[in-house]
Amino acid sequence: MATTTTIVPSAGPVAGSRSFLSRLREGDEIARMITFLFAASVVLVTVLLVFELWQGSVLARHKFGFNFFHTSVWDPIFEQFGALPFIYGTLVTAAVALLIAVPLGIGAAIFLAELAPARVSDTLEFFIDLLAAVPSVIYGVLGVFIVVPLMRQYVQPALKHSLGFLPLFQGPAYGVGFLTAGIVLAIMVIPYIISVSREVLLSVPRDQREAALSLGATRWESTWKVVVPFARAGIFGSIFLALARALGETMAVTMVIGNTPTISASLLSPGYSIAAVIANEFTEATGELHTQSLIELGLVLFLLTFLLNGFARLLIVTTSRRGSGMGNV
Amino acid sequence: MSPRLRWRKFVSGFMLTMTGVCALVAVSVLFLILGYLAIHGGASVNWNFFTKLPVPVGETGGGMANAILGSAKMLLLATLFGVPIGFFGAIYLAEFSGSTTAFFVRYAADLLNGVPSIVIGIFAYGLVVHPFKQYSTLAGGFALGLMMIPITLRSTEEFLRGVPNPLREAAMALGASKWKTIATVIVPAAYRGILTAILLAFARVAGETAPLLFTALGNQFWSPGWTHPTASLPVMIYTYALAPYDDWHRQAWAAGLVLLVLILVINIVARAILSRGIAVPRS
Amino acid sequence: MKRIAGMLLVVLAVAGVLWADSALSITGAGATFPYPMYSKWFDEYHKKNSNLEINYQSIGSGGGIKQVTEGTVDFGATDGPMNDDQLKAYQDKHGFGILHFPTVLGADVPAYNIPGITAELNFTQDAIAGIFLGKITKWNDPAISGPNKGVNLPANEIVVVHRSEGSGTTYIWTDYLSKVSEEWKTKVGKGASVNWPVGLGAKGNESVAGTIKNTPNSFGYVELIYAIQNNMPYGRVRNSSGVFVKADLASVTAAAAGASKNMPDDFRVSITDAPGKTAYPISSFTWLLVPAKFSDATKRDAIKGFVKWMLADGQNYTEALSYAKLPKEVVVKELKALNSVQ
Repeated sequence: MATTTTIVPSAGPVAGSRSFLSRLREGDEIARMITFLFAASVVLVTVLLVFELWQGSVLARHKFGFNFFHTSVWDPIFEQFGALPFIYGTLVTAAVALLIAVPLGIGAAIFLAELAPARVSDTLEFFIDLLAAVPSVIYGVLGVFIVVPLMRQYVQPALKHSLGFLPLFQGPAYGVGFLTAGIVLAIMVIPYIISVSREVLLSVPRDQREAALSLGATRWESTWKVVVPFARAGIFGSIFLALARALGETMAVTMVIGNTPTISASLLSPGYSIAAVIANEFTEATGELHTQSLIELGLVLFLLTFLLNGFARLLIVTTSRRGSGMGNV
Repeated sequence: MSPRLRWRKFVSGFMLTMTGVCALVAVSVLFLILGYLAIHGGASVNWNFFTKLPVPVGETGGGMANAILGSAKMLLLATLFGVPIGFFGAIYLAEFSGSTTAFFVRYAADLLNGVPSIVIGIFAYGLVVHPFKQYSTLAGGFALGLMMIPITLRSTEEFLRGVPNPLREAAMALGASKWKTIATVIVPAAYRGILTAILLAFARVAGETAPLLFTALGNQFWSPGWTHPTASLPVMIYTYALAPYDDWHRQAWAAGLVLLVLILVINIVARAILSRGIAVPRS
Repeated sequence: MKRIAGMLLVVLAVAGVLWADSALSITGAGATFPYPMYSKWFDEYHKKNSNLEINYQSIGSGGGIKQVTEGTVDFGATDGPMNDDQLKAYQDKHGFGILHFPTVLGADVPAYNIPGITAELNFTQDAIAGIFLGKITKWNDPAISGPNKGVNLPANEIVVVHRSEGSGTTYIWTDYLSKVSEEWKTKVGKGASVNWPVGLGAKGNESVAGTIKNTPNSFGYVELIYAIQNNMPYGRVRNSSGVFVKADLASVTAAAAGASKNMPDDFRVSITDAPGKTAYPISSFTWLLVPAKFSDATKRDAIKGFVKWMLADGQNYTEALSYAKLPKEVVVKELKALNSVQ
């Protein structure tokens, strides 16, 4: 607006150093207030969300208290709601997913960060990032049409045949179930592990590797015994991120888990997860208690993912700062 | 060479090859997905698909025209709602705020980002559908917009911060006010990154299904205006894939292919803008 | 700046165009049991009344009851009639009641997918109850093979499939089982959503049919038309007279014969395990849930218009989809009840 002819003595943006009126005149105060409103609305909407979850589950929380977490009966007719089967299913599928995705993901990240020439690494990373963008309903569809039949016809019978003495692999081969859901989730979270681990590995200072190699270590030993431990916190961070995604995943899981609230030692058994039961039952939960129990489940899920994301961020930033690179999460 | 050294060298070669295998497996999944959808759905991506409405259950020849439009409308709403909040909020964080406010805003954004999409659906139902007694495109757009906010906010803030200080100081030295500096110098300098952030946020919510289950419901006709239930691509994919009708399966694959290609193209364009500097016209 | 303003104008213009409320749009939600019928009806009705779009979403009977009570949809649909508590809840919430209008007659059939078996199996009441209670686990169990001499049933484990959400189809099935099995009645009970002893859950009749089709050795219940449209074998069920009856137009109509003469005023009636030698024992009416009062007169008239059409011309479309027509006495009674919708 008004360009003054006098030279402003202080150079550089120093907030609050000019008088309120001069800021107002130049439109800065308005800009500040408007952008503040937008920023505040983010906080407002988040607070509102947490509030709605808390309020929306008040009946259920008062009626069941902490019993909610260790009762396993989910009976809409007799109005008994216990969250245990869903918590169990959510945790088990996430555990299976991590068991598969972590070794594969870290292995791929090591390859991309340590071995592959820069252009190959960047190209492959490009594809991995695209994999992360695939919507979950598509993973679900592929789960239903490819993974489930594969599991039912080949993998599950083979597991029963060879490892059936373990309680882990007993029961009929439905095709759907904890194991199948875990496998689909693993595919979905691998890109997170790979891309974050790759970044933290790349940020490990060169001299670490060189020191190890100069002491006579093989490439693998230098990687596995020096570089990876150095980046350990960041890698754990990527695992927590992956875990948070796996816990909250809805569509792909509900299409392949079997939608049965069961707690079973067998991975071949059908089960249920928190997100899946909410998706299936929310629009038709007759009775306040049923609806509120579902909202309480949503609250539980929200808290879990929130804590995990927090840890993840902390760990990743710590590692990145230790290295020379900039944390970019 | 001692046997021990030979062993260690072998282990090294073996393990490193294994990591290559891991990378290969991870990357090939992407092509598997694309390939499967292309083979099974490619033939069904035809004129009918883009122009016809769904037909009664059990009949053939229907399409997903209303779902495509419904998704487009909701995404438009989501962008109009989520992007300004993220964008202007980021400007506040990068240019105006003190560190305590910034902390709370960023914390809230991270929280919002981590909310599982089904919980966003519950929230949108309680806030928009229930009070107004209406499933609607608006509610769906609101839910999707909520999910766009944190991505837009955090990325935009980072790109704004990335603009070097000398640029700001030069503008100030020429007598420009703060907001003018932001509008004419800083934002244009970060334009590429901000656009990328918006595109990536858009691509992310384009495929979301769960929040739409409780907000947009569904519609076998065109959805008039903004206050009625509407069909959407992701929900149609979900419904059709689980049904027993072969014709619906084919349509689900076709829809999946279209949706996936759209999302991938947006992602590729976004990254290209950022890294190679595709000439992006500045207003 | 100018570019952005220009784009915004375009956006608003497009929005304005898209805002044009060209048609009256009514939303209903509920049962998947009659969905093939309803989707055909609403499509035909739209062809005759292009200004009216009746958008019906099959989310399950439980969803229909809940959403019409919440007021988020204009009408509901269910095959498990609302119980007294639900009716009271509606009355309390809205200040007026909600009416049930039967639309067609349909049947739950026991569909199965046994590799190598295409024959029509006979199922006794005990067999079905036993399978769903988890007590009968293999296909060659005597309870199943007994009435099916000549069929070589394998010793495979039965994969039970049921609904994962609140369903009228489930209500009909469990209503039947509660009548024929004391154990089922006390252990599980009847309802739209029960605590299933065994089985996989799938959402909607569509998904149950899909799951049975894709899973060998599976056994589940779907509405008749879903089994027919997907070429799935389904069995005969023994009725209260001891005859193994297959679900079809004649046997379902026979099941409704007794009820139509003694139809209660609110149309809530169960015809499972109906008497009669030719009656199919797992038949049922399915209902539209219409509020007794509408604040919007155009919507009210549109819905009343549809129900009138449905009771007349609409009934001519039912048999092609294997739903049985409503008995004439019921139609007459419904037209009278329709007048009370304000």
